[in-house]
Amino acid sequence: MTAVPLRLPRRLIEFTLDGQETRVPEGSTILEACRAAGKDIPTLCQGDTLTPKNACRVCVVEVAGARTLAPACSRRAEAGMTVLTGSERARHSRKVVLELLASATDLSTTPRADEWIKEYEAKPARFGAGAARVNEEPKVDNDLYVRDYDKCIQCYKCVDACGEQWQNTFAIAVAGRGFDARISTEHDVPLTDSACVYCGNCIEVCPTGALSFKSEFDMRAAGTWDERAQTETTTVCAYCGVGCNITLHVQENEIVKVTSPHDSPVTHGNLCIKGRFGFQHVQNRV
Amino acid sequence: MDLKHTDAAPTDAEREAVDSLLGPPPSGWEGGTTRSDEDLRWARGGASAAKDRRDQLLPALHAVNDRIGWISEGALGYLCRRLTVAPAEAYGVATFYAMFSLRPRPPKVLHVCTDLACAARGSAALCADLTRDFAPAGTATEGATWQESPCLGLCERAPAALLIQAGEQPRSARPADPARPAFEDRGPGGGAHGYGRGREGEQRAAGAPHRTAVIAPATPAALTHAIRSPEHTPPQPPPETAVPQTGSPGLVLLKRIGTTDPASLDAYRASGGYTALRRAFALGPAGVIREVLDAGLVGRGGAAFPTGRKWEATAGQPDTPHYLVCNADESEPGTFKDRVLMEGDPYALVEAMTVAGYATGARQGFVYLRGEYPRAYERLSHALETARTRGLLGPDILGQGYAFDIEIRRGAGAYICGEETAIFNSIEGQRGEPRSKPPFPVEKGLFGKPTAVNNVETLVNVLPVLEHGAAAYAATGTGTSTGTKLFCVSGQVAAPGVYELPFGASLRELLELAGPPQDLRAVLLGGAAGGFVRPDELDIPLTFEGTRAAGTTLGSGVVLVLDGSVELPRILLRIAEFFRDESCGQCVPCRIGTVRQEEALHRIKDRTGAAAADDIALMREVGQAMRDASICGLGQTAWNAVESAIDRLGVYK
Ligand code: SF4
Ligand code: SF4
Ligand code: SF4
Ligand code: FES
Repeated sequence: MTAVPLRLPRRLIEFTLDGQETRVPEGSTILEACRAAGKDIPTLCQGDTLTPKNACRVCVVEVAGARTLAPACSRRAEAGMTVLTGSERARHSRKVVLELLASATDLSTTPRADEWIKEYEAKPARFGAGAARVNEEPKVDNDLYVRDYDKCIQCYKCVDACGEQWQNTFAIAVAGRGFDARISTEHDVPLTDSACVYCGNCIEVCPTGALSFKSEFDMRAAGTWDERAQTETTTVCAYCGVGCNITLHVQENEIVKVTSPHDSPVTHGNLCIKGRFGFQHVQNRV
Repeated sequence: MDLKHTDAAPTDAEREAVDSLLGPPPSGWEGGTTRSDEDLRWARGGASAAKDRRDQLLPALHAVNDRIGWISEGALGYLCRRLTVAPAEAYGVATFYAMFSLRPRPPKVLHVCTDLACAARGSAALCADLTRDFAPAGTATEGATWQESPCLGLCERAPAALLIQAGEQPRSARPADPARPAFEDRGPGGGAHGYGRGREGEQRAAGAPHRTAVIAPATPAALTHAIRSPEHTPPQPPPETAVPQTGSPGLVLLKRIGTTDPASLDAYRASGGYTALRRAFALGPAGVIREVLDAGLVGRGGAAFPTGRKWEATAGQPDTPHYLVCNADESEPGTFKDRVLMEGDPYALVEAMTVAGYATGARQGFVYLRGEYPRAYERLSHALETARTRGLLGPDILGQGYAFDIEIRRGAGAYICGEETAIFNSIEGQRGEPRSKPPFPVEKGLFGKPTAVNNVETLVNVLPVLEHGAAAYAATGTGTSTGTKLFCVSGQVAAPGVYELPFGASLRELLELAGPPQDLRAVLLGGAAGGFVRPDELDIPLTFEGTRAAGTTLGSGVVLVLDGSVELPRILLRIAEFFRDESCGQCVPCRIGTVRQEEALHRIKDRTGAAAADDIALMREVGQAMRDASICGLGQTAWNAVESAIDRLGVYK
């Protein structure tokens, strides 16, 4: 069940997308137009429930007449614009960005990373064995979730989800600068000493698996994590009367993690600690 | 907002430092030590009141850092309570700036510049001597430590160093209202110990006064002496020593430097000051904009955007209030002209900003000033204060019913904060990360409101435009580059300094003035984001269009002269290191690309020809993506200078 939020009708604007005259509602991003036209543009920092930060730059496209490329995820289509999504310049930047990311971070749990690396013929190894890497150890400081910043691409999604866009807890922020920038609590204290309320909304939006359930982290370490063997069941959280939709991910009859549908008008993908992590009692079998 | 604070308590000194900026805590909810009955019954403020104060975060961090020398967990927690800022966010902001330390460090920190001009003038040897005579960099010794620093904007006196001693602010310098920092005027030529010279009798037994000292040109002995007794550092030479042309006819922007007392409003007025503002009032805002458009004034920051069009676009925005921001965060390595203008002729900037504010419909102007410019801060604060007492700033300027005031915000060591949108974030108390454009500042700038941003040199040009009229102004220079231009000449020349020439003069003419070296090897035009030119290219006309046609850029007016003694691969490495250090880290091409470029330059620093070819090809590919896909100008231009050294100078041939 998906409720479609009512919006005021918007004017249509016309622009050229890869040589094709395209009409989109005013205010649409180039990415929205591309997706409506069935074009597959890679994205990492863009999220369906967040205002894009346009920091990863894998979605860049060429806008005729512009000095630099434009991030499709946040640049709005303008009437009369001419956009090329597959130009050599755009493809070159995407390739290099993928190479840079893969050479510095662990993309092994980033969905579609492998596919894009092949598609764009990216060769992360060409920066040499001595190329600087993020090199972080996983932070396991509580029983609910693990922060493995070796996999973090600094997309800011978790910060936005924890902060003003959803949770309003502001337990984490970007600290430091440049290559040394990291997602961090204040003074890098363990999560248990921070303002974190364990809503797990940051895990929900993380595009790389840098944030994961402790259950998933442990199973991956043990080699027992098998997404293909999992079933997903969306139901209603039983804890309180709000009626949040929760999706139970079940492997071998055990709940291994809980997400929430992003298109649910109640949660938009967000949950609280109980809905997100309070599932042990379900599997207490006597 | 959930706010959770740790139990770490501030020390008395930390609490005092914050309270001296923000006043005593109004209630137990905001960091007061006890809660009154009233506190328990009445909630005030709420989210919007809290947001209103977020912009005090950077000044509050400065207050603690100035007083203690670093920012402890207790101090950070306290200022978070005072400002209703989440500790993780404040930590993220504090760690963004190089001048703040979140780890204990001694109260005295000596910043030794190792950037381009200083490197060309022997900073490496200086650091080696300092290590031998005092201590290795970063080691706490005798209540002091030293560290390498990016460009301090003292290139004409390279090699340079800046000593900052944390300590108590003198009572007179404790601003109850942060817009009005108090000032202790020491007249031209003085001011070696910047904005916090303690008064005797007020010093506590525990704490030395806060002070700064500039040591340039620096010798190993002068540096060790300054570390041991900062109170005895000799005063800085007056600003006009940076202007070799002082007193010569034909100067427009530099005409007062060295001839008019920068601490005297009367002297400023006697030299023709405030005629531009009177003319502005006679013309009205639209008339001022027309005049600036007709004069053909374009921004001097490098982008060369027509100033009049920017003002027109800001003035025409229906949203209010409008803001004016003066970009005085001059951090391009090799640039120091804005410093010299602010130190030598501060009222000119105050007047020019008043004109700009009037034209764009702003009631409030901000000067975003480099944190490393203590004397400019002192001089400008004094100018603001006296202008206010004389009705040249404030609710009713010159009886014209126009209200305008200016506040100085000190940066804290981040090159990226010179980017116009990063300035907004920095002033607002966020990390100084650039915003993506559109929307442009004229539409949504500071605090999300229409904002005109101009740098110091651009603003000061408004005075001659109004004093002599657009036509007279446009008669100087070339058709598309009108007026005069300031150049910061540094490196191996006989007379480094700020030069003013009409647009259109050639690079050769400029170098002749400064005394070029015998064996000129290369000139870096436009700074680290600019490009190198060869000795056989000196006829390049110094105009925006002329340099562009020659495949280089005027940028911010940097002219760094290198002779045969300089090892170019080392200079290139320094440029790459600079961008790697200064990248804000927001976008991938720049955050990781700058690191990969530096690594490649390291690999080939002693190689040439085929042995360097692979890495050069790699850098080209990365450079192209950085230029095309980075969010802001830093990433987009980070590869320019290295590329030009490879292509035009044949460095690795
Ligand atoms: S779990 Fe919730 S509160 Fe904790 S860091 Fe993530 S988003 Fe913030
Ligand atoms: S932890 Fe995940 S969501 Fe947060 S910045 Fe890193 S990659 Fe993005
Ligand atoms: S280009 Fe560099 S400095 Fe600019 S936003 Fe990106 S990371 Fe930050
Ligand atoms: S998805 Fe557009 S920049 Fe990251």
